[in-house]
Order: sequence, then C-alpha cells, then structure tokens
Amino acid sequence: MAQLFTKDTQAIFWNNNASAIQRMLDYDYTIKRKTPSVAAIVAPTADAKFQKFFWGPDEIMVPLYKNTAEAKAAHPNADVLLNFASLRTAYDVTMEALEIGGFRVIMITAEGIPERLARKMNQAARDAGVIVIGPATVGGISPGAFKIANVGGTIENIVNSKLHRAGSCGLVTRSGGLFNELSNIIAINADGIAEGVAIGGDRFVGSVFIDNLLRMQDNPDVKYMILLGEVGGTEEYKVIDAVKSGKITKPIIAWCIGTIAKYYSSGVQFGHAGASANAERETAEAKNKAMAEAGIYVPETFNDLPAKIAEVYGKLKAEGVITDIAEPEMNVVPKARRSKQFICTISDDRGEEATYAGFPISSVALPSTGKGIGDVISLLWFKKQYPKWATDFIETVIKTVADHGPAVSGAHNAKVTARAGKSVVESLVTGLLTIGPRFGGAIDGAAEYFKYADDNNLTPAEFLNYMKKQGVPIPGIGHRIKSLKNPDLRVKGLMDYAAENFPKTPLLDYARTVEALTTSKKENLILNVDGTIGILMVDMWRALGYAEEEINEFIASGTLNAFFIAGRTIGFIGHVLDEKRLAMPMYRHPMDDILYDVPVAEKI
Amino acid sequence: MAQKAIREYDAKSILAKHWDKYFPNFTYAYETVMVQNGSELKEAAKEKAWLNEKRLVAKPDMLFGKRGKNGLVLFRDQKPGDVTLEKAAAWIDEKSSSKQEVFFAFEGDTPTGNPSVDFLTHFVVEPFTPHEQAEEYYISATVVGDEDVLYMSAEGGMEVEENWDKVTEVSFKITESEEEIAEKIRANVPADVAEKDKANFAEFAIGFFKAYRELNFAYLEINPFVMQGNKIELLDMVAKLDDTAGFMMAEEWGDVEYPTAFGMEEKSPEVLAIEEADSKTGASLKLTLLKPDARIWTMVAGGGASVVYADTIADLAGIDDLANYGEYSGGPTTGETKFYAETLLDLMTRQKDAQGRDKILIIGGAIANFTDVAATFTGIIQAFENYAEKMKEVGVKIYVRRGGPNYEKGLKDIKEAADRLGLWIDVYGPETHVTDIVRMAVEA
Repeated sequence: MAQLFTKDTQAIFWNNNASAIQRMLDYDYTIKRKTPSVAAIVAPTADAKFQKFFWGPDEIMVPLYKNTAEAKAAHPNADVLLNFASLRTAYDVTMEALEIGGFRVIMITAEGIPERLARKMNQAARDAGVIVIGPATVGGISPGAFKIANVGGTIENIVNSKLHRAGSCGLVTRSGGLFNELSNIIAINADGIAEGVAIGGDRFVGSVFIDNLLRMQDNPDVKYMILLGEVGGTEEYKVIDAVKSGKITKPIIAWCIGTIAKYYSSGVQFGHAGASANAERETAEAKNKAMAEAGIYVPETFNDLPAKIAEVYGKLKAEGVITDIAEPEMNVVPKARRSKQFICTISDDRGEEATYAGFPISSVALPSTGKGIGDVISLLWFKKQYPKWATDFIETVIKTVADHGPAVSGAHNAKVTARAGKSVVESLVTGLLTIGPRFGGAIDGAAEYFKYADDNNLTPAEFLNYMKKQGVPIPGIGHRIKSLKNPDLRVKGLMDYAAENFPKTPLLDYARTVEALTTSKKENLILNVDGTIGILMVDMWRALGYAEEEINEFIASGTLNAFFIAGRTIGFIGHVLDEKRLAMPMYRHPMDDILYDVPVAEKI
Repeated sequence: MAQKAIREYDAKSILAKHWDKYFPNFTYAYETVMVQNGSELKEAAKEKAWLNEKRLVAKPDMLFGKRGKNGLVLFRDQKPGDVTLEKAAAWIDEKSSSKQEVFFAFEGDTPTGNPSVDFLTHFVVEPFTPHEQAEEYYISATVVGDEDVLYMSAEGGMEVEENWDKVTEVSFKITESEEEIAEKIRANVPADVAEKDKANFAEFAIGFFKAYRELNFAYLEINPFVMQGNKIELLDMVAKLDDTAGFMMAEEWGDVEYPTAFGMEEKSPEVLAIEEADSKTGASLKLTLLKPDARIWTMVAGGGASVVYADTIADLAGIDDLANYGEYSGGPTTGETKFYAETLLDLMTRQKDAQGRDKILIIGGAIANFTDVAATFTGIIQAFENYAEKMKEVGVKIYVRRGGPNYEKGLKDIKEAADRLGLWIDVYGPETHVTDIVRMAVEA
C-alpha cells in the first residue's frame, strides 16, 4: 500500500492516554470519518470495559482490553498499533504485537528504550514487513484520513496548518515539534501535506528517512517531499543515493539542522540522542552540501526554508504537476462539551418513534409483524435479532416458568402482602425479592456448574465428585416426585423442542449423561425444569455464536435469573389479583404452627 | 544522551563481576585499585597485599587515551618493572599536584593540536605484568550502523591504530544467534594469532563479545590484553555504557559513575540541578552552559527547535554571543518550568554585559503538539516575578515566539506579566516564522 493510512485505517491504542485519544477522535469528527480511528484501547490495569470519549458534540464508547491479544482478536481490522507504553515496557509491547501479527504499522512513542532492545525490535519488525514509526516520536499523519495521537497539536492548529485534508507534500522529520512547525510553514507557503512522519529522535529508530521517502515516491498523492534531517548519522546519504540512482524522482527539499555543532566539542549534545556527529561526513554542513550536489533543493539556512518551499511549490504548480485542491467541508468540534451521566445502548426515544435496538416499536409489537415477546427480549436484552428457533425457545421458557402454584416462597410472599392491603406493585416485589440462590437460582447454578464441568472435560463421575467436594448439591438435578418413569412433561417438552430445533445441544447431551449416573443412584435425581432451562440457554448461546467468555458473563451477570424473573412476574401478578378479587382478609399465621422456644436472656 | 563513557576501573570491575559467566575457562586476578592520591593508595595496601608484594604500574583513569605517549604511565623507576608502592604513591601525588597537559592526537610520537590542561584526579594502580609482546592482543566491539562489529588483532598495544590493517573486523546482525556468532568468530580469528593460541583466542573473543552485548556496553575495548594460556590480564580498557539500559542493569553494573572528560569544565551546580530535575520527570529538561558571560540566552521548547534556534543564533550573531544551549519539552509541569526558568534567569543576571548592551532572552519554540503553552508560561511568569528586579538591573530584552495548545492565553499572560513587572518584551505566535525573533533581536 503506497498510502501509509486511509480514511478506514483503525488503530489499537496501547495505554489509555485519554487526551491523545480524544485528539484523534476530534480529528476524526472534524474530517468526517465514518469510524473512529481508535478501535480499541489496551489498558492492562483498567477494570472498566470501555471508556467514553467525545465524538463531536456526542459521546462514543471505545472498548478497553487487558492485553493486545484480546484487543486484536476483537478488532482484527485494526492494523495500526499505537504503542504508548513507557520506555521500560515499550519493547515487550512491540514484540508481543509482532508475535500476534496482523499489524501493518507500529508507532512507538517512548524515548530512551535501551539501544540493544530498540535494535532487536526494529529488526524484528523489518523482518516481519511491519513499518515502525519511532521510538521517541510524536507519530505521523495522513491528512484527511488518519492522525496519530498528538501530531498536529490542537484541532485549531490542525485546521490552521491545513492538516485536515491532503495537500501535495510528503514530509519526513526527526523532530516532532519541528514536524508541526513545518506543517505550518508548508501550509503557508504551499498547499499542505499529503503524508507526514516524524521518525523519532532516538539513535535507533524503526523506519528511517529513506523508507518513508520511498513509500512517498510510490504514493500518487505526494508530488514532492520535504526532509528535515539532523546532525549525526548517515541516513541522509541513503536518500542521496536513491536520488542519484533514480529510485526517487520526485523533487525533494531538504535541510539538516545542527550546523552549530561544529563549533563545539563532542561533549555538547545538541537536540536528540541521535544527533551527534562522529565524523565529518555526519555533520549538518557536509550533509547539506552533499544533498545540494545531488540535486536536492537545499536552502541557505533554516530561515530560508519557507522561501525554498514556496519556490518549488510554485514551480510544480506552474508545470501543472500540482493542481488546486478543493477545500472539503468540515465538522466543527464544539468548544464546550459536557460528559453524559448515563449511557443507553438498547433503545432510543429521540426520533419520531421510539426504537428497540434500532427497530421502531411498531415494527416488532404489532401482530402483523409476526414478532413475539422472544424477539423483544432478544432486542432489548441482547441487542441482537435472534432467529425464530431461539426466540420461540425464549418464549417457551417464559411461559414454562410463569407460575408454579401458591406454595412457593415468592407466591406466598406476594399473597401475604396483597392480603395486608398493599398495591399490586408492592405485593409483586415482595414476591420477586425471594428470587435468588434458593428460589429460582437453580437455572443460574445449573448453567454455571454444568458448563464448568463440560468446559473442563469432567466425566459425569468426576463432576459428581467435584460437586461433593464443593459441598453443593448439583443445581438443576432432582425433583420432589418426578422420576425417569414419571417424567416432568415440561422438561420433556423443552428437550423435544431443542432436539428438533436447536442446531445442536452439546451441554444438554452432557447433562443427560450426568442424569443417567444420578438417577442410577436415586430415581428422582432427574434433570429438572430449572436445570434444563439453564443448560439449554447455554446451548442456545453457543449455537448463536457467542464466545465462551460472553456466555460466562451472561451467567455471572444473572441473565438466566432474568428469564425466571420475567416469567414468574406473570404468575405473581396473577396471585396478587386473585387475592384482591377474593377480598381475603389480613393473614395471620396460626400460633400452633409455630414452635416457641424462648429462654430468658442471660445477663452478661 | 545514551552512550556514556566510564572509567577503566569501572569497566574492569564490571567484567570481573561477571567473569565466570563469560570467561569460565580463563582466570583474571582483578588486581586493580582506583585512588585519588598517594595516601589513599597506601591505605588500600593495608587490605590488598599485592600492592606491597608486587611491582606496580600507575596511570590516570580519566577517560583519555594515549597515556603512554603523554608520559603518564608509571612502570619504571630505574628500570621497567621496578615501581614500588612508595614510588607509585609519590608519583600520583606529584602528578595530581599541578595541572597537566594532555594531548589527544599524535603523529608518531609527536603530539598534534592543542593540549587540554587540567588536574589529574583519578588513578588506577595495578601489578606490573611481565610478558612478551607476542602475548599482547587487541579486541574491541561497538555498533556501526545497525550492526555490532567485533575488532580483533594479534597486535595489541599503543600502535593498534597504526597497524589497523592487521585488525580483523566481523559484523553481526542484531538477530544472529549465539551459535552463529560463535561460529563466525571462530572462523575469523586473526591469521597472525599463533596457531596454538587460536582456539583460546576465539573462546575469549566469544565471551568478550557476549559480555559486550548482554551487559549493554555501547563500546568496549581491551588494548591490550595479555593471554598466557588460560591466564588473562586486562592491561588497558576503554568502555561506554548505553545508559538507557540502566534500569535493567542496576545489579549488573553496580555503582558506576559517568565522569566529566578530562579538560572539560566540571558541570556547574545549576547544570547538575537541571540534570537532577530531568531524571525525576517524564518531561525533558536539558541545559548546557557554553559561555556564561555571553549576551544571548535561550529558553527553547523542543529538542529539534532548540537546535534550530542555536543554528540561527550562530548564523546571525555568531557563537560568541550564545551563552547556553538547552531545551524543555514533553509537557513539563508549571513547577518544573519555573525551576528551569529561574535557573536560567539566575545565571544570566549575575553580571552585566561587558560591553554594556542589554542581554537577550529568547523564549522560543515551535508549535507544540501537546505541551500546554499557558501552563508552561505560567511557570516562566512566576520566575519573572522572582527575578524582575535583577533582570531590570542587568538589562534584559525578552523575545517570545511560541504556538501550540493554549498558546493565545500563554502569550497574552506573559505579555501582561512582563508589562506589569516593567520588563521589556516582544511576543509572537505561530504566524511569525519560528526563528525570526532571533533576527529581530540581533538586528535591534
């Protein structure tokens, strides 16, 4: 690819440098990018799963990951790594990214990485065909497409320096501060830059002048190049060779800073670590002279650089190599923005009609749509359109758990509260509040433990043994009266439905082998309705393509319990209304049903 | 600066510390002491018996070479190899009592160029090792371009530069494995190493090159080393460390010092204070004093911009007018910038210009990427407040040019503060070419 970045380029940002990331997103918004240029952030110590950033006047969420591998797996198209790790870890982060693969460009900002590590890292990247920008750099930019972190400074300066849209210059510097300064000079004296890279100030940097200039030679957007070199090193001579051999044919304007160094002994370190002349050839003078002799445009002094740029630009314009650039429309980032207190990712009531996960309510609610409550749950709970077999299953579950008679603790609570004269909602919540590990919790527990056993390839015997050690009866196993011979028809119905409609049911199949073992010990140790629901939910999510971690998260966050809560609410309301209709009086528990055993309190 | 020279004594100490790891089949007695005067040497002799028992060699250990040609290696009293502890101590006291001339370049035995003149403050003392010229070898390693290069020669000693054609150079890519490196070294043992010593030489060179790499030396030279079977003597060493690796090498290097080169002015307390501050911040604070009585002082933000300003001052005013070189960058805090500015203001207001002109303070910088200009300028303004009277007394004209985040506020604040304090100031933003204030200041 001749262009370093395009308007679709996305990066993974290593280290949550919020101000730099915000600058990238402000830039994206300004130039009307469709997607944010930062796809994900690697923040090894963060507990949050995302961070909010402004996107123009609005806010977006950028996901956070603990490590590069996870971020890359979730965002395979993000092929730029912005490595903002400290000088102590930057090497490891780069090497890991090379190992993971899939990165086209790695930018490293740390200054002062040990030289030997920097050399290893740069060589490894080179061998892998990865472009390294840095270390010790502010980065680079493809105006109008993608900007690395802090390059260009504030959004005002970016627009002033015409870094919001592509011009015709290819710019390569060592220094980051002067990169910005030159962008401004080029905007004033020419039409801005098409692509620019600050290669970094350390002695050993990944991509050097020639690497960048050769790419720009192939980039049709670049009409001429500006190179700002420094005293020290011999990299400029590679450029001279490329010009002489005809590898570079586009005009180059160049200047090496550090002409002052000749006046002082080598004891004075001017500027960057890489800026130290070890030989006459490496002085700024020698390099400026050699470049001029090779036909590169070299000004008299740095102060004359703007005039030289105007001259070359004018010439190329007159020759028709450079044509006028249409100024694109821009978005304007508001000056004052306020961070939002709440986030909503499931529904939106701002438009003509409120939506469920992007679907107008009428498009899922009306009978003519053919959509049911399962569809609504899939949209509002999971932000996905589940297939019919899955939404039908969800509805079956809701219907199956709607009620289980008046004796269970939740229904009993609801009834007692209703008889105390309380309202429907008050009565209902007293019922709901009993739902938890003991009441309704078997759905969660069955999903969790059976999945654990299956994930760890435990044989049924090993699983039983494991549960014994945990001191926990297996959730979802056992019924008061039902047995294999006298099956629970709800369970049978769910299993039959799954057998017919699920693509496959690996966890249920496993649970059946466990059931075979438990029922051989005691007849009524069958897979009960809670267990079947929990297990089949896992099978459903697996069949829908969720990753195991996502399913574990559903279980951990209580999603399975939620099905029970939603379904049983129907039953509780029934019991409450029943009490109201019957006008039952205040309930008082009979005293003879209570064992009183109250000793006199001892004095202590 | 990444590559820093260390004393010969420290170089030997580092190798000795890791000797068994890199040279398991060789012995090195590590008989060497560093002292600053004769009595320190005699003190050392109470613990190190060899100082009394053996004949000695003494020489300064101050980062310069050609000590033999400068007549600064003591190895004879009446005849070679008869130097006693007493004699060495007396010689050290004599050589350190007055400034000595040291030439850095020679043609043959004739010095060329001007000598540096300074006190000799550090000496190493070692046993005199009788050996034959044929047992002296040369070895060194450094980085050239992107590759490590190992230099080996059977002709060690002072004359190695004259005999450079006898030096074998072997280059290694950073990615080469230990086996590849070892094989290449074995295949390139210099031809004039005696046949019976070739295997030993190769083995020593392999260990040497491994130590150079793993201990993060930027340059390592032993010239010469003496190899007598498996017994090694390191007669003379030169070394530079990659100090950016310091955080990984604290244990390996031990307590190593980076001394100022002989003849160079000792760092002033102000420079040391800035270095101290620099080491404690993620930002960058650098200061070099060039000519403290000169007229133009610079306080420039950014590693690249600071060089451009220095270039321009040299072009337009000449280097005799340039008092300092330095830079602050990487988003220093207000407090850090204040400290940096106060250090400069203190230095520049100590005396008036010899010709009675106003002094010039260039507060320059390119358009910052992320440094908050207003925040850093607040630090400079606070420094102005503390030094305004002194500045007025000496006569200081301030030229400011800066852009970047919050620059409008920064420029406005500094202009207002200077006006309020009665200081002469001219302020420019990104619309003015970065170094144009130098021209204005010089032409004024």
